[in-house]
Amino acid sequence: MAKSSSSVPESRVYRWLDERLGLTEIIALAGKKRVPEHKHSFWYYWGGITLFFFVVMCITGVLLLVYYRPGESAYESVRLITYDIKFGWLVRSIHSWSANLMVAAAFVHMFSTFFMKAYRRPREVLWITGIGLLSMAMVFGFSGYLLPMDELAFFATKVGLAIPATLPVVGPWLSDLVRGGPEVSAYTVSRFFALHVVILPALFVPLLGIHLALVQKYGMSLPESEEAKPESERKTIPFFPNFAMKDLAVWLIALNVLGFLAAVYPWQLGPAADPLMPAPKDIHPEWYFMSSFQILKIFGNWFPGALGEFLGIAVFSVGVLLWAIVPFFDPEKRSGLWARRVTWFGFFVVFVLLLTTIWGYAVLPAGK
Amino acid sequence: MPDEVNRHVPEDPERRDVLKFAAVGALGAVYAGLVGYPVYRYLASPVEKAASETAVNEMVVEGGAALPKNSALMFKFGAKPAMLIHHEDGTYTALSAVCTHLGCTASYEPDEKRIFCACHGGVYDPHSGANVSGPPPKPLTAFKVQVTDGKVVVQRS
Repeated sequence: MAKSSSSVPESRVYRWLDERLGLTEIIALAGKKRVPEHKHSFWYYWGGITLFFFVVMCITGVLLLVYYRPGESAYESVRLITYDIKFGWLVRSIHSWSANLMVAAAFVHMFSTFFMKAYRRPREVLWITGIGLLSMAMVFGFSGYLLPMDELAFFATKVGLAIPATLPVVGPWLSDLVRGGPEVSAYTVSRFFALHVVILPALFVPLLGIHLALVQKYGMSLPESEEAKPESERKTIPFFPNFAMKDLAVWLIALNVLGFLAAVYPWQLGPAADPLMPAPKDIHPEWYFMSSFQILKIFGNWFPGALGEFLGIAVFSVGVLLWAIVPFFDPEKRSGLWARRVTWFGFFVVFVLLLTTIWGYAVLPAGK
Repeated sequence: MPDEVNRHVPEDPERRDVLKFAAVGALGAVYAGLVGYPVYRYLASPVEKAASETAVNEMVVEGGAALPKNSALMFKFGAKPAMLIHHEDGTYTALSAVCTHLGCTASYEPDEKRIFCACHGGVYDPHSGANVSGPPPKPLTAFKVQVTDGKVVVQRS
């Protein structure tokens, strides 16, 4: 008699692989793993969405590498990709849109983690690696923005690199080193390219590995409202296939949204960068840098000169640092008033980020 | 009683599973196509471009008329290298320069009056392009040459 269809196939190939890879163990583990299900479960998908966009970035990034040339011919090669190579515009558009959606999904993931207090013991390292990943994603964004070397890329990078130049003592030296000279040039493109496709991935991928391994180790964190319930009242669903299928469905939605945006609103390529042309009037950074850009501007208005820039950078850095170490001043043991204060701190941060971002866009002069 | 139960089950569960698999498979195939087709065309773009370039059937070889006797001029016919040979008797021959063995670029040797491929020692006849010795399995493709008004025109035959 044939075995029942639900039993694990015991072919020779399977046994050979199982002996070496321990497949049965992994399958048993995946079968045992359960994911909590409650009214806040929606937020559990955002890390996966971020990961999905990252995978899309890797694939489209490699495709762009096939035709992109850094250095002097950067603009020409991107022009070729955008207008000459079949579907090149789409590959580039997906890469750019995916970058923006990835940063947006990472922000949602971070704030949902924050407000659900998922950073508490034993998940402090998860929180810190997450902050590291988001910071690196933003450097990815900044370095990638220059690579087409069109007008907007050139001036955005020029302005962006002028900010560290105001740091006392090391500022000018550091900026020149990052730029590869006193001016944004083909040298800058080449070193940003090396950063974007070699150095950052080499740092990002292992850190992502740690982040994901820790998620596997500790599982999903429960929000306080669930933790208060007795164990018998908490609902869970199996990771495989239930949660995995839901994850897949969410990824499919993400893919559709991405495809729609990339095809209907294709990423534009401006005129080639020309240092002798005046900066476009509506020059502004990517939306995820708008808040820090505006905060620096505000401090610059309050305290004219280098002092304002320096204070702006200092206040911003302290804010980011406080945010990164939040698991240490809001540990598990301290609940009640203190924990609520930390939540209010989170609301304050969201408020400041939104306000300064909207403010930044509101004061932009109309485009050309 | 068993009949009663059956009436409440509208479909055979196994049949439903098959339908579900077919639907998921079809959807998967649609997505694979939607993603795969642009990626394929993107990667194949230079191949398509080269193919449209090879569609060139006739061209003027720059400097062909000024070519000294017993010498050859390399030129690009479509996407691939070709050679124009001016023989000592004043006649011209135009041949593909792509060795029929493994695709190296062959060259005319005036001293030996032969076409030689350095990769594996293939030798061709400079008048006809016939493979004379060595590994080449086929002759070089020959093109028509016309000299009019001091211009050398090469045509695919």
